[in-house]
Amino acid sequence: MIQFIINNKPVNTGHNPNTPLLEFIRYNLNLKGTKTGCNEGDCGACTVLIGELQNGGNIKYQSQTSCLTPLGNVHGKHVVTVEGISPAKSPQQLQNRPLSPVQEAMCNNYATQCGFCTPGFVMSMTGHCLSEQSNTSANLKVAIDGNICRCTGYHSIMRACKELEARFPEKTAFGSPVEFAVENNIVPEYFKNIPGEIVALHGALKTLDLQGQRVGGGTDIYVQKHDTVKRISLDFAGLQNIPAIEISNGKVVMSSATTVTHLREHEGFSRLFPSFIKHSKLVSSTQIRNMATIAGNFINASPIGDFTAFFLALNATVIFDSDRRVALNKLYLGYKKLDKSAEERIAAIEFPLPSSHSFFNFEKVSKRQHLDIASANSACLMVVEDMVITDICISAGGVGPTPMVLNKTCAFLKDKALTDAVIDEALVITQSEIAPISDARGTEQYKRLLINQLIKAHFIEYRKR
Amino acid sequence: MSATNERIPPTQTNIDSQTHLRGESLYLDDIPILTGTLFGACLGSPVAHGHIRSIDISAAEAVPGVIKVFTAKDIAGENEIGGIIQDEPLLADHEVHFCGMPVAFVVAETWDIARYAMKQIITDIEEHEPVTCPRKAKELGMLIHPPRTHRLGNVDEAFENCHYIFEGQADSNGQEHLYIETQGAYAVPQENGQIRIYSSTQGPTAVQKAVSKVLGVPQHSIEIDVTRLGGGFGGKEDQANTWAALCAMAAHHLQVPVKYALHRLDDMAMTGKRHPYSSDFKIGLSEDLKILAYEVTFYQNSGASADLSPAVLERTLFHCNNTYYIPNVRATAYPCKTHLPPNTAFRGFGGPQGMFVIESAIMFVAEKLGVDATDIQYRNLIQTGQPFAYRQLVDSDAQNCWHAAANAFNIGQIKKDIAVFNEQNEHYKKGMAIMPICFGISFTNTMMNNARALVHIYSDGSVNISTGAVEMGQGVNTKIMQVAAVTLGIHPRKIKILSTNTYRVANTSPSAASATADLNGKAAQIACTALLNRLKEVAAQQLNTTELDHICFKNGLVYLDDAETALTWEAVVMTAFVQRVALTENGHYATPKIHYDKATEQGHPFAYHVFGTSITEVTVDCIRGIYDIDSVKIVHDFGESMNTGIDMGQIEGGLVQGIGWMTLEEVVYDAKGKLRSNALSTYKVPDVYSVPGTITILPLETDKDNMAILKSKAVGEPPLMYGIGSYFAIRNAIKAFNPNAKIALDAPMTPEKTLMALYS
Ligand SMILES: Cc1cc2nc3c(=O)[nH]c(=O)nc-3n(C[C@H](O)[C@H](O)[C@H](O)COP(=O)(O)OP(=O)(O)OC[C@H]3O[C@@H](n4cnc5c(N)ncnc54)[C@H](O)[C@@H]3O)c2cc1C
Ligand code: FES
Ligand code: FES
Repeated sequence: MIQFIINNKPVNTGHNPNTPLLEFIRYNLNLKGTKTGCNEGDCGACTVLIGELQNGGNIKYQSQTSCLTPLGNVHGKHVVTVEGISPAKSPQQLQNRPLSPVQEAMCNNYATQCGFCTPGFVMSMTGHCLSEQSNTSANLKVAIDGNICRCTGYHSIMRACKELEARFPEKTAFGSPVEFAVENNIVPEYFKNIPGEIVALHGALKTLDLQGQRVGGGTDIYVQKHDTVKRISLDFAGLQNIPAIEISNGKVVMSSATTVTHLREHEGFSRLFPSFIKHSKLVSSTQIRNMATIAGNFINASPIGDFTAFFLALNATVIFDSDRRVALNKLYLGYKKLDKSAEERIAAIEFPLPSSHSFFNFEKVSKRQHLDIASANSACLMVVEDMVITDICISAGGVGPTPMVLNKTCAFLKDKALTDAVIDEALVITQSEIAPISDARGTEQYKRLLINQLIKAHFIEYRKR
Repeated sequence: MSATNERIPPTQTNIDSQTHLRGESLYLDDIPILTGTLFGACLGSPVAHGHIRSIDISAAEAVPGVIKVFTAKDIAGENEIGGIIQDEPLLADHEVHFCGMPVAFVVAETWDIARYAMKQIITDIEEHEPVTCPRKAKELGMLIHPPRTHRLGNVDEAFENCHYIFEGQADSNGQEHLYIETQGAYAVPQENGQIRIYSSTQGPTAVQKAVSKVLGVPQHSIEIDVTRLGGGFGGKEDQANTWAALCAMAAHHLQVPVKYALHRLDDMAMTGKRHPYSSDFKIGLSEDLKILAYEVTFYQNSGASADLSPAVLERTLFHCNNTYYIPNVRATAYPCKTHLPPNTAFRGFGGPQGMFVIESAIMFVAEKLGVDATDIQYRNLIQTGQPFAYRQLVDSDAQNCWHAAANAFNIGQIKKDIAVFNEQNEHYKKGMAIMPICFGISFTNTMMNNARALVHIYSDGSVNISTGAVEMGQGVNTKIMQVAAVTLGIHPRKIKILSTNTYRVANTSPSAASATADLNGKAAQIACTALLNRLKEVAAQQLNTTELDHICFKNGLVYLDDAETALTWEAVVMTAFVQRVALTENGHYATPKIHYDKATEQGHPFAYHVFGTSITEVTVDCIRGIYDIDSVKIVHDFGESMNTGIDMGQIEGGLVQGIGWMTLEEVVYDAKGKLRSNALSTYKVPDVYSVPGTITILPLETDKDNMAILKSKAVGEPPLMYGIGSYFAIRNAIKAFNPNAKIALDAPMTPEKTLMALYS
């Protein structure tokens, strides 16, 4: 039995937990406001909000693409669709239906044309209002970076964001983001009762107890497989699997449930990597970052996995539930081949705390700068003292069958003076270590040039710092 | 006084806004499902070209829940859905002509059973070599129809007198429509062999005709109903027919409702896109940079069947000069038949492809001569009274738009600022380009320029309007409602615009060619005016006057000689009803003055032209080979916009779509004709970060009369072509970094091409 609350109604269902939430919402619950655009997380038309109970008894909401959200992953949570945030209307209100402030701002600015993307935008923007993020149009823009609109050209939508920024007081004046949203009619009153209802639900909640492939956020497993995914065995992490990031004893340890958004919101992590917000903005979208785990990125083993490149440069180690430890740069044996048994699950990820005078940078180029898979990517952690590179680790993705550390390049650069001539010489070595192939992400020739440019960019960024 | 001369307040938001925003608007996949409905899935050919030896459907039919698998032999009527040319089977019979060509249609109890069973169908196809390149197809004589040529003056003679002559090649790639709502249809059998089909189509009549043929049932038995589309952009003008015909065939055969809403992957693989073009140009200029002669050969990649390619090709020829006067022109276009999905209408309809080539030729000349391309552009802008190659004399606003843009935005200063920036920055370079446009409004097929509107006034004074217009986000229903409200002098609240339905309005032209509001709006205006005149007579009796001209309906009240009377709209309607006055009217509009002779390739095909000038500025990151569109500044000829909110939205949206076509959007087929960019993860349209930092749109100040509805010029397609400026602006920025960069005139300018050019 999967149990959750949708809008203001409880759901109890014996439905296949592998079913994508979108399908369940549209065809079982008959809530047609949530739209199907792509079924692979790339358009945002299916965006819903998922609320999860926090330690303090609050509900924390985030936007997700329901086409990639397994039904099993909303067990014990609050699911909100566009029907659940629209102000109540009476049957007599045939015209002039009441709108929430988000909807009103969109309407005032002509930000809906064909309307098919519109509920998704409304949900992403409402999700922003329910988040801890401060109420700025820049933050609202980030909130809609996973929503594609083919009609408007986005400017009218951004004008709606500006209107919302001007309209609301700062959230800090309220007890919680949910209180802020209720007080300003962004969401209906019933949101106030949800925490109590979720606590009551949790009291009687049974774990799903399934066997099979572990699902993190589902943002890899569910892509282009929503019709076959119902026929395989999956296991959901469940509410016990809590995201946790610990920084102590010279190392950083993250639990397997840690998502990109958790890292973005974690104060200690942001202090370590002040550019993480900027860097991770290049990776997928708000909705996907809210779901995607770092562990899932590693196990997916894509040659262009962005977080794999990121953590390779940080010399991360994977800790399995079997207590076996494998250095990330030893995990990949070949294309999508891992030093991992089918049963082994990542329990945690660990990496040594970079020294305080080290420099870190991440580079990624894709056809579209955001919400796109890299043509090539690279991360670099280095220590430069008196213009001499005393320590360096550079990773590269998209230039071989697996994400890789450029060992030879780094060995050459270590203890060399940081000059253009040295970099040029190092790039010759880089070219000998990589083996890119021509594919949808670019020709071999392009990727060879690009990786050189990205490595140069690390040093340019270092000089600019 | 006549109410139609009154200006409409241009602030009416889209009448669907509230239901859109609340998620209550109904699209095809939201229509409540009737009990017993079955679901379809269509198998596309796995190979691009071949002979079908066998299709084994036994395993698929054995899947529990599968009702039937249809193949070509199950078609009761004709296996033919071609519109302009009858060359397109609904389901492949003997031969397959493109990857994704519909081969079989599975009908099952649920959509996932249907999709699962579809994958169990075994096709045995003898593969032949596919042709994907239009030039190769032309060499092999594979043409949809013979080439067409537009001629003006004497090109050969003119070239002899040119001071400069250059020759080159320019290519532009296709473009996926990527309407966010995929294609689909829902067919529901009715009594007596009739059938109702809900279709996500821009062309209900085209769907009706295709279904009629496939079922072998007359058109009067086939009701097509369209509430709205989640985007069309031309992709659902002709290519909605297949899914409707498949559902109708199955529903008719099984006598149960059948629905098929396409999966995104199937939609992208099975439907055609904007036509890629490869073109050769030869351009001759005088010493003072007047273009004297232009010869151009277009190789249109039409795909496997005609679809709308002949009409698209025609518009390429009409727009091959863009907005320039060239006294000697020879433009030839070949519709090349390849083994790709039949390419189809896409906003601009071949016009942008033609304009890209002349702009490329001008850029080519500018680079060779070391002059500023904007100089050449400016000197050659067409003037009122000058002809295009098709001989229509133009009422030109080309200069006016250019001057207005130059003044408002200070082009000189922009150029200076860019030079300074480029001087000061090593890793970043800026570039700019100007894109003047001219786009002809009307279907180039004169016959199609007509529309009807059926207007009912009910006895309580409420009004329903049905037209042939399909609402797909362009706001046409809002505009029609505005026209009716102003004409009848009543509050918009009293008016409902109904779904587009072939039982209510017959023989419609598709919602396309930017002309939907003009044609259907005028039809509604005609119907409303006729009704109003009848109501005026009724009111006149009651007011004891015979001077109908002195009566006016405004704000739901009747005015006599500009003075409010006690009569209300409702009262007059009720009296009319009691007096048995007809409260229903069918308005018919056919665009006057237009004509075109295909034999001589001469005539007056367009009701009017739309002009505009845009200035695009970009910054290229020369380390990473990526770019940002900093700003686009536009002076646009709206005529007199009747709804600036909607019209500005069309400009911003069209511009961004054009920028996408020129920059990120790359349709990729492999050598075997299989689509590689087959999902949103591999085909990238602009997102919120890739749009211009600022978009400024100023209306051209004009008081000229025009033939548009309420003088509010068509605005759907023209702005897409402002996007072409982004291609040339990026090119200029690359040249600022590497003056020797070798850059083929080959759009889109992807980051890959940009980086390779920066370091070439
Ligand atoms: C629209 C979209 C955009 C994307 N953009 C990017 C991008 O820019 N860059 C990028 O790198 N990736 C991108 N991805 C891919 C994906 O989001 C990431 O790889 C993500 O980190 C996967 O995490 P997940 O938790 O969702 O994985 P899941 O789909 O849940 O799982 C992925 C794999 O990891 C395994 N797994 C998950 N958790 C564990 C565990 N604890 N122990 C063992 N195995 C486990 C699963 O069994 C599965 O094999 C994108 C995906 C989508 C849909
Ligand atoms: S349907 Fe496109 S993101 Fe879910
Ligand atoms: S309004 Fe049509 S896709 Fe956004």
